[in-house]
Amino acid sequence: MTDLTSLTLAEARKGLAAKTFTSLELTDAHLSAIEAARALNAFILETPDQARAMAREADIKIGKGDGGPLAGIPLGIKDLFATRGVRTTACSKILGNFVPTYESTVTSQLWRDGAVMLGKLNNDEFAMGSSNETSCFGPVGNPWRREGSNTTLVPGGSSGGSASAVAALLCMGATATDTGGSIRQPAAFTATVGIKPTYGRCSRWGIVAFASSLDQAGPIARSVRDAAMLLRSMAGHDPKDTTSVDIAVPDYEAAIGKSVKGMRIGIPKEYRLDGMPAEIEKLWEAGAAWLRSAGAELVEVSLPHTKYALPAYYIVAPAEASSNLARYDGVRYGLREQGRNITELYENTRAEGFGAEVKRRVMIGTYVLSAGYYDAYYLRAQKVRTLIKKDFEDCFAKGVDAILTPATPSAAFGIGEKGGADPVEMYLNDIFTVTVNMAGLPGIAVPAGKDAQGLPLGLQLIGRPFDEETLFSLGEVIEQAAGRFTPERWW
Amino acid sequence: MSVDAATVRRIAHLARIAVSEDDVPHLQGELNAMLAFVEQLSEVDVAGVEPMTSVTPMQMKKRADLVNDGEIADDIVANAPATEGHFFLVPKVVE
Repeated sequence: MTDLTSLTLAEARKGLAAKTFTSLELTDAHLSAIEAARALNAFILETPDQARAMAREADIKIGKGDGGPLAGIPLGIKDLFATRGVRTTACSKILGNFVPTYESTVTSQLWRDGAVMLGKLNNDEFAMGSSNETSCFGPVGNPWRREGSNTTLVPGGSSGGSASAVAALLCMGATATDTGGSIRQPAAFTATVGIKPTYGRCSRWGIVAFASSLDQAGPIARSVRDAAMLLRSMAGHDPKDTTSVDIAVPDYEAAIGKSVKGMRIGIPKEYRLDGMPAEIEKLWEAGAAWLRSAGAELVEVSLPHTKYALPAYYIVAPAEASSNLARYDGVRYGLREQGRNITELYENTRAEGFGAEVKRRVMIGTYVLSAGYYDAYYLRAQKVRTLIKKDFEDCFAKGVDAILTPATPSAAFGIGEKGGADPVEMYLNDIFTVTVNMAGLPGIAVPAGKDAQGLPLGLQLIGRPFDEETLFSLGEVIEQAAGRFTPERWW
Repeated sequence: MSVDAATVRRIAHLARIAVSEDDVPHLQGELNAMLAFVEQLSEVDVAGVEPMTSVTPMQMKKRADLVNDGEIADDIVANAPATEGHFFLVPKVVE
């Protein structure tokens, strides 16, 4: 039998239906792979007993012919998703041994459809980071290394554990979240497919909140088709999230293989940065050429406020985070450090429980919302956000179906290489992805090639609101042209 | 705009994060790096622009005015560091 961990989700579904193998066999193969890959630090909690129990249950249902769309498929869950009875920490010391008594809507829908949970995945603390180095469980290793080098690289972040685990074939797919690029940037760094759907597509209920007007859940997967299958189960209206949108979830898989002939693809000139590596530029051109030969029409477009998206984000996101993270007070759950009075208890708990990056962002958020600074910073940033969204609206109004950009300004970098002295150096990783969150649009990252050192690079497609289907159709064209990329095993 | 050491201490207190004197200089540097980065927003003409309040145009949903949840006090206190019965314990607040 071929190694069960090397199948795509779509292939595994076929094998399970044909009874070539059972979910228990498929699950065990992945549990062994996880055990052998602890050096990557992708999983921070393995749940083998629960996984096997869920797999046995799936096998019974498949046997009876009533398995759901993901029946028996083993998945990894980012530690930002609350899982009932299973420790959930957002990779922060402040949540300590928090064990939810409830299940996030997104994960509950995956279990409803028959998926199997392998365990919880590492991420940047509270999803604040672009390299997975801010996690209280330590950094995650990228399964990809530079050719001829044994330096461990970051998998990107914040969904670094999700991307690393999918790329290293430890799980068939993973949940992830994206506030400024946290699905798409790690997907690009690991040659996996990641989609951030339109704001409102997936329920945020039961996901540890970072910046509520930007946070969206989505999958990281081995192929575009796999991502489509996962998103269909994750998406959908939830009365418990007032920002979740009450519109039907399409069969995303049906969009795969659909002709892209006649589609208008925008190439935004503002994404051509000074000092952008030549190989990124070349990759972008290759992507445009692939779409053109599939029958799409390429047009240059302008998104004039692009350069202001990242600075505006670094006001809006910390402001919302400072408010969301006020709940970690050492009283209701998680860590408590003693103090002589209630204020000292709060201050000591938060000083001990939050890592350096989280403290920085909570403090900057507190500052921009404080009396006398609100108008100059927060209100102005929200106005700039309106302008960023309008740029996209104007572009789509001219008949553009989707926009093609690079996913990241560079390939993966080494652990400890960036952001040591100046936090802004790390923030620049999200320069191509953050605009999409600011405008609430869907965006997909698809592996498209490698750089001179053999590291994967990705392209991003940005779509109209709630038109994830077009992104899946176009993404698959790129996937077909570029091929699939698998790292050589060293761990 | 940039922040001085006193402002760093004030923000830390507002954010309820204890900061030692040794932490102040590097926090000040990092916060000022962030503020310098966002400074470029001041060159954008925002006259007459409405601030964004909702990224997708939507009507605020309202829940039906009925009790459909509750009686889960055990769940609520299950993860608390210090409790007595169904109460959270904190240091004395009122003298």
